[in-house]
This record gives sequence, C-alpha cells and structure tokens, in this order.
Amino acid sequence: MKILVPVKRVVDYNVKVRVKSDGTGVDIANVKMSMNPFDEIAVEEAVRLKEAGVATEVVAVSCGVAACQETLRAAMAIGADRGILVDTDAELQPLAVAKLLKALCEKEGPQAVICGKQAIDDDANQTGQMLAALMGWPQATFASKVALADGKATVTREIDGGLETLELSLPAVITTDLRLNEPRYATLPNIMKAKKKPLDTLTPDALGVDVAPRLTTLSVAEPPKRSAGERVADVAQLMDKLKNVAKVI
Amino acid sequence: MAILVLAEHDNASLKAATLNTVAAAQKIGGDIHVLVAGNGCDAACAAAAALTGVSKVLCAAAPHYEAQLAENLAALVVAHAAGYTHILAPATSLGKNVLPRVAALLDVAQISDIVAVEAADTFVRPIYAGNAMAKVKSADAVKVITVRTTAFEAVGSGGSAPVEAIAAAADLGLSKLVGRELTKSERPELGAAKVIVSGGRGLGSGENYHALLEPLADKLGAALGASRAAVDAGYVPNDYQVGQTGKIVAPQLYIAVGISGAIQHLAGMKDSKVIVAINKDPEAPIFQVADYGLVADLFQVVPELTAALG
Repeated sequence: MKILVPVKRVVDYNVKVRVKSDGTGVDIANVKMSMNPFDEIAVEEAVRLKEAGVATEVVAVSCGVAACQETLRAAMAIGADRGILVDTDAELQPLAVAKLLKALCEKEGPQAVICGKQAIDDDANQTGQMLAALMGWPQATFASKVALADGKATVTREIDGGLETLELSLPAVITTDLRLNEPRYATLPNIMKAKKKPLDTLTPDALGVDVAPRLTTLSVAEPPKRSAGERVADVAQLMDKLKNVAKVI
Repeated sequence: MAILVLAEHDNASLKAATLNTVAAAQKIGGDIHVLVAGNGCDAACAAAAALTGVSKVLCAAAPHYEAQLAENLAALVVAHAAGYTHILAPATSLGKNVLPRVAALLDVAQISDIVAVEAADTFVRPIYAGNAMAKVKSADAVKVITVRTTAFEAVGSGGSAPVEAIAAAADLGLSKLVGRELTKSERPELGAAKVIVSGGRGLGSGENYHALLEPLADKLGAALGASRAAVDAGYVPNDYQVGQTGKIVAPQLYIAVGISGAIQHLAGMKDSKVIVAINKDPEAPIFQVADYGLVADLFQVVPELTAALG
C-alpha cells in the first residue's frame, strides 16, 4: 500500500511573525522556515505504518517554491521513501493545492493520503477535506489514532465533545491532530541518507492544473493589542478588582 | 442575496454555535435559510425556526444524517446549493470537517474562520495564530464561509419561520460511525461559557488539576479548559484544549492557572473580556495579556481564591 503525505513549508512555529508596515502581509524575510508541525506528524504516522508492514511506500509531496525541497528532504529524513516537488512561485491557496494533489493521486494511485489538519501560517484547515471531495473519497479529519487493515481505515477523531471513531473504505484522506504521535528527531545518518533519495520535480502546468487564486488579500493588519494589566499582591486584592473594578464576579 | 446556514445540532436541540453563525449571516444581509440535516430532528428544526433573522428552515431527515458524516452532509448541501450566494457554518469541528468539502465540490474557495464582515464579498480572518488579521475578498460566485463563533453575538429567538422538508441525498456509504466517547459534564460548554477556569502544566498532574480547579469552577459556574501541555500530559481529555488548534474562547472572565502562555494558547483566549493569570514565574508570557496577574504558588492561592468566593 502506497501512502502519499503532503508537506508544507511554513514559518517555524516558534517565530512570532510581524505584520509589514505597509499592510501587505507578514514579514517572512530572514525568518526560520520549517515543516508544518501537523505535516510532520503525518509523515511520522505514514513511516510508522510502513515500519509496521502495513504500507509499502511513503511518498512526500510539497507544492511551492524551490526551497520546499528542504521540507521534502526533512520528510525523507524521517523516513519517507521519495519526494515530489510541484514547483511554482505562484501563490497557492488550499483549493489549488487540493487540485494539484488530486492530479498526483491519479498518477500515483495511493491507498491513503495522510496530511496535517491545518497549516500554521494561513490556518485554513481545508486542503485534506477538499482533496477527499475532489477524489470522491471518504475522510477522517483531526485523527488521534489510525489503523489500516483489510481495505479499511479505522480512525479516532478529536471532536468538540470528545472523541469519535469512524470506519472508512480505502482509498481515503486522513488529517492529523496533535496527539496522533510524537514525530522522531531525524538522526544525522538518516539526514545524510535522505539526500540520496529520489526527488522528482513537476509543475502545475505539467499536471494540467489551474492554480489561480480565488481570494485576494486586500490588507493584513496587526490584531487589536491587548496591553498587560496590573499585578495584584494577593487573593484579597484580586477579589477586590474582579468584584469592584472589572465587575465580572 | 440568499444565505444558507448549516445548523449544528444533536437532533434534540440546536448547538449554540448556530446562533452565532446566523448572526454573521445577518451582517452579510439577505434572506437567511437554515439547513438542519439529521434524523428525528424536528425539535432542532423548531429551534432553528424560532431564531431571529431566519426566514426559512430546510429539514432533511434521514438515517444517514444521524452521525453527521462529512461525505453525506456535503453532498446534501451541494444538492441544495443552487440560488444561494453564501453558505455558512460555524468553525467548529463539524463545520471545519464538512464545509471545505462543499467548497471543493462547488469549485470555490473557502474563507475560514471569519471574525468580521466588511462587505458581502470581503471578510476579516486571523492568520498566523491570530498574530495578523487578513482582509480577504472572494471572486467566487458562491462564498463558502466558516464563522468564528466568539466574534459574533448570538441571535435571540422569538421568530416563527416555516419549516420545509427537503429531499435527502443518496447515502454515499463511504464512511460509518463506529462510536463516540463524549466527555460528560454538568458544566457549561467551553465555547459558550461566561467564565472559564483553565489549567496548564504548572498543576503537575491530573489529580491536582481536578482537586484544585474543579472546586473553583464550581464556585464560579465556570467551564474547565486547559493548555496543550496539560492535555498532552494526560491531565484532561482533548476537548478541554484552548488554543490555535483547539477551542477558541472569549468568555467574560478567563482564569489561567499554571499556564505559561505560548502564542498558540494565547491565540485561543486573548479575546476574553477579563483575563486573570496565576503563575509562579513572573516572566511567563501569559502576564503580557492578563488584566490581573498574580505571581504566586498556585497550590496556595487557588484554594484561597476558592474560599474567598464563599
């Protein structure tokens, strides 16, 4: 069974981004970039399925600029077998990425696509669901436990009230939540090995996909600032403030 | 303009998130229809029909809508999408699951998690864990939108819109529900609570979390929340998590106990009206957003606070 894992290059989760003063976007020049943390969990899960003998091949895919090759190498250092870069400088929105992934699914024929539930830059939380819809496949989003067997996926999902377990026919799309697994650290030998793994490059044109954006960002602004309030000395003073100043209790 | 709102419900009642979503639809303006898809969902339909601003309720009742599976719900919405300029759902685990499927099937973009309506085609949404607010304009004929519920005040009820039964779409049979483990609680729902008591890794264990925070929450009639660290450490179940990828909350009062305040956590609670932080580390980032900060040993002051509330 082949598993496809899309990975996105994003601003590292430890970086607090700054809005550009001209309001055109956030400043990502000279900022540390990493693999989207949810995608890292997706790669780890796929690799564990391969190690367990369930999957036979793990293919990492990234869509975007040439530097996404680093993200693919990082996925291969965790254990993905090969990488595919869909190389484009165009702004990619989730629908466009879902269409690119659809074209790759038709080409590669995976039994499962495991992806992060959301990217921590645009916080869209759409691509996996969109891909599933375009393929006519079932989906299990926000997964905290995944088992694949006998042409079926059994997935436990984190939902607002707790957990639910779904059974899906394969092929299917699964999106990862935080507690699915803890990704391993790539070891130096595996990082070296990853450099030698195959990495193919394609373009949206070659896949026959129109990636034109549907949404235009008119401006990007700082959120309303919340200023630090005051320190209180003890519980009595806190009670006084909550009762008499804030009037919330 | 005509707007279709996908209701979130449990057949017997409407979830509060639907009320905020109808409020967002009112900001867009136009005829508002609410789609209730379920099984034996007459009570939920009646509740939707009573909401202020709703002009019609569409009721699709069939066994294959019982579990609210994304594949079947999306197909139903798409089958009835003709004539609507906007399709809305709350940005809850249901809306986030179903609506991107609807958008892809209609070949349009989705606008996720809007916090403001600027015009019928222009919306504001947070990006980068709420560290930036993007104003985006959609060029699509149909705007498919999820709504951040805390940004829109719930509509009231008192209306009496007609309820129209609509045909169910075919059962796609792609997935099935095996079971649910829902957290049982007498407390208010985290997303709609007026007061939230939230705990982090500073509590040290699940036993401490419950022993210290439950009595305080009882006194305040509060919901209980947690940081990712506390959930990862197994103190409490996943649905307690407040943050960028957990629940987004905006209560009147948020009391953060032993939470350091990672940006991902702040993203989920910084719109609260009043924030109280209790932490022994004076440098903890949580103090940068707190209205009232108490630098102290939580094991000492939390019981004191509980006692002071009488």
